[in-house]
Parts: sequence; structure tokens; C-alpha cells
Amino acid sequence: MRIKEHPILTFEEKKKLSFFFDGKEAYGYEGDTIASALHAMGVKVLSHSIELNRPRGLYCAIGNCSSCNMIVDGKPNVRTCVTMLVENMKVKTQVNKGDIYEKD
Amino acid sequence: MKKIDLVIIGGGPAGLSAAKMAAESGLSSLIIERNFKIGGQLVKQTHMFFGSEKQYAKTRGIDIAKILVNDVLKYSDMIEIMTGTTVVGLYKDKVVTLLKDEKYIKVKTKAIIIATGASEKVLAFEKNDLPGIYGAGAVQTLMNVHGVLPGHNVVMVGSGNIGLIVSYQLIQAGVNVLCVLEASSEIGGYKVHASKLKRLGVDIKTSHSIKKAIGKDYLERIIIGKLDDKWEFIEGSEEELIVDALCISVGLSPLSNLLSMIGTEMKYVSYLGGLVPLIDENYETSIENVFVAGDVCGVEEASSAIVEGYLTGLVVAKKLGYIHPNYDKLYLDFKAQLHNLRSGPFGEKLRRGLEEIMR
Repeated sequence: MRIKEHPILTFEEKKKLSFFFDGKEAYGYEGDTIASALHAMGVKVLSHSIELNRPRGLYCAIGNCSSCNMIVDGKPNVRTCVTMLVENMKVKTQVNKGDIYEKD
Repeated sequence: MKKIDLVIIGGGPAGLSAAKMAAESGLSSLIIERNFKIGGQLVKQTHMFFGSEKQYAKTRGIDIAKILVNDVLKYSDMIEIMTGTTVVGLYKDKVVTLLKDEKYIKVKTKAIIIATGASEKVLAFEKNDLPGIYGAGAVQTLMNVHGVLPGHNVVMVGSGNIGLIVSYQLIQAGVNVLCVLEASSEIGGYKVHASKLKRLGVDIKTSHSIKKAIGKDYLERIIIGKLDDKWEFIEGSEEELIVDALCISVGLSPLSNLLSMIGTEMKYVSYLGGLVPLIDENYETSIENVFVAGDVCGVEEASSAIVEGYLTGLVVAKKLGYIHPNYDKLYLDFKAQLHNLRSGPFGEKLRRGLEEIMR
């Protein structure tokens, strides 16, 4: 769900970036954060709470609340709301505290 | 160890203004910003600001951000900017430790201005952690910075200025705003913002709040209800609404964690949004040469953050021996601007809060 028309802002067509979300091919645009690219695709569940495994999504969008932490290129607990999307990035939903031996 | 006379933590309106005024006075500084760009929360604010011309009234936040960023870039020989950098440690001997690209960097400085801003508060209700429930500011970022919509049918919780403005911006982006809920019996924000929404047919429900959220993996429905004068839900007043996004706009709290880390004297002041440092009339904390500017010492508007930034930049420079050629005139002007911004009935709670933290 991307904004097409806006009375004040203009959103120019930017370069398409492909990446992997949970092993599947996905795409966003240059200037996207990982979270905004996923959101545009309709993906709302980004993470899970550690103890009760409750689904979690974007909440603050300024890198403060940890609700959007995901595994990015094998690195857990990446704040996807403030991490820019990069071509061929491997993004995975996180379900635990994060494992330092995580494989992408 | 890297050495610099002034470290400014936070590249929002307060931090950028502080750097500019310090540079004008002849003092070099380093701005640390954890986001990938400077400008703070102004970069998503498409509405025009109030205040006076000196704080860029009638200018959109996104344009004020450009002005402030350009001001700082003009002094590229004096102001160093590190983005994507998080402060991880702050010590009394004025050593600041940073994390950038997984590298640990130590900086030794003479003065620090903490301008970290504030973060959105959360609200307690059943299933308030479901994806699809956002801070109102987060939705503003998503829409106005990234051009992505949070959903199609949205309810806003809170009718303060942020709640009202973001509701209006949701409509501008093509989203259906079902209603705005306000727990109090009166609308919290300015009448001009509320009227704009009402004209578009948005119902602002006073004495109403969210009772619970419903959904398996993400938000599908909400239950709202009417509140009595003790803010308890009135039985039988519940109503179910089908929504795919809910925005929480129940105020901000200062991001003052770093101040607690360095050990400045702190106080909880609800009028200012939470835990804030004690300060003197020049925004110096209980630790010498550690200053604050902006929302971190009390939640206000960007306009006051800008002026507080100018003021602290000016004062810090003087303390370190760099006196601005127009020091006296500017000092009095900044003080007067802050006084004016806080005058009137909307500034009353703020004025009382600030009295409580004067040391």
C-alpha cells in the first residue's frame, strides 16, 4: 500500500530493490527502511515477543521500542524501522532473543 | 581518543540549532545522530507551524528541517555530523562512547548538549501489542517519509495536537479515519486542528477510549467505550469497530536515559512528560557543562526546541571562551522568544512543570 497521490508531498518513482523475506523473493524501493518495504507489501508481523511468542509489528518507527527487531543477513535484533533496505538483503522473522550463531 | 570541544547528542531541531549557534560563536562541535539522516522528527511533519516568524511559523515542518540542515551544512568546516551513530556511554569526565557500523569510538569533550528528544507513550489495554497498533508519530513517518500507508480504516486514540494533525494527514494520504477517541471530556489540541477534522466529517468522541483490540496475528477489530467522570468504562456503552490500524497518541515522554546514565539530578514531572533533569536558567544540568535542549527536558513543540538549541549553543560557546559578537542581544531575544511561546492558557501546565525543575 503505497501513496500514489498526495496534496503536499510527491513520491517519485525510485529504483526497485529486490531482497529476501523469510526465503521468498520480495522487493522495495531505494529510500525504504526494511520495515517500510515490508509494510508496503502488507507484512505486519515483524517479530515475536520472547516469552509468550506474541506477534509484534512496527510501533515507534524511530528505533526506540524494539518491536520490529528482525534477523538481517544473519544478524539478529536489527531495528528494521531505522535500517535501510539494501539490494539482496536476507530478512527473516525473529522468534527468539536472537542467536549469535544465526545463519542467514 | 577523538577530541572535540562540544558534543551534541541528537540531530533534531534542538541539536542542529545548538550547533549552528555554537559555530556562529566560533566553537566547533560534533553532532551524533542515531538515525540515518539529520532533521529529527521535523522531516515527517507536513503541517505548518505556529509561533512567530523567528521560529519559522507558517512554514511546513519538512521545510523547517531543510532550513536547519542547510544552516548546519554551511559550517561544514566547524560542525562534524555522524549519522547512524548511537551513544552507548556517557561518563562524568566527559568521555562519550559511540557505536557506528559496529565500531566502538571514544570521544573526549569539554561540554555536552543532550538533545535526544522524546518518544511516544504507550497505552494499556487488552492486546495493545498487536501489529497494526502504532504510535501516531510512527504512522506519520511511514506515510510522509516513506509514502507507505498503515491501513485503510484507522482510529486515532488521543485528541492532542499530534492526534489531530496525524488524523488530518491520514485523510490527506487517502486513509479513512473512523473517529478520534479522547478520554477527557474536552478535546486536547488546538481548536483550529479539531475544526479542520470536523469539517471533513470526522467524529471526535470525547469521554471515549479504547477497551480492547481483537485479532489473531494483527489488528482486525477494536472495542471502544464511553467513560464516566472517573475514566471508568460505562457498562453497555461498548461498540465494535472494524479497523486495520490504530494510532496511539497519548503524549510523549522525554528520552532522558542518557542523563540518568551520567548522573544528573532528575525529577519526575508529569507536566513535562516524565523524568527530566533539573536545570538552571541556561539549561545547564547539575553537572557542569552538561546542557539539555528540546523535548528531553520537557515535551513541547519544535519551535521551542529550536530556540532552546540556539540558547544553549550560545551559552556553551561563551563558557568555553567563544563569545558571539551579538551575545547579549541574542541571549535576551532567545529568552523572550521562549517566554512568548509558553505564554497563554496552553502553556500553563508547561510553565508550572518548568518551575519544578529550576535549580
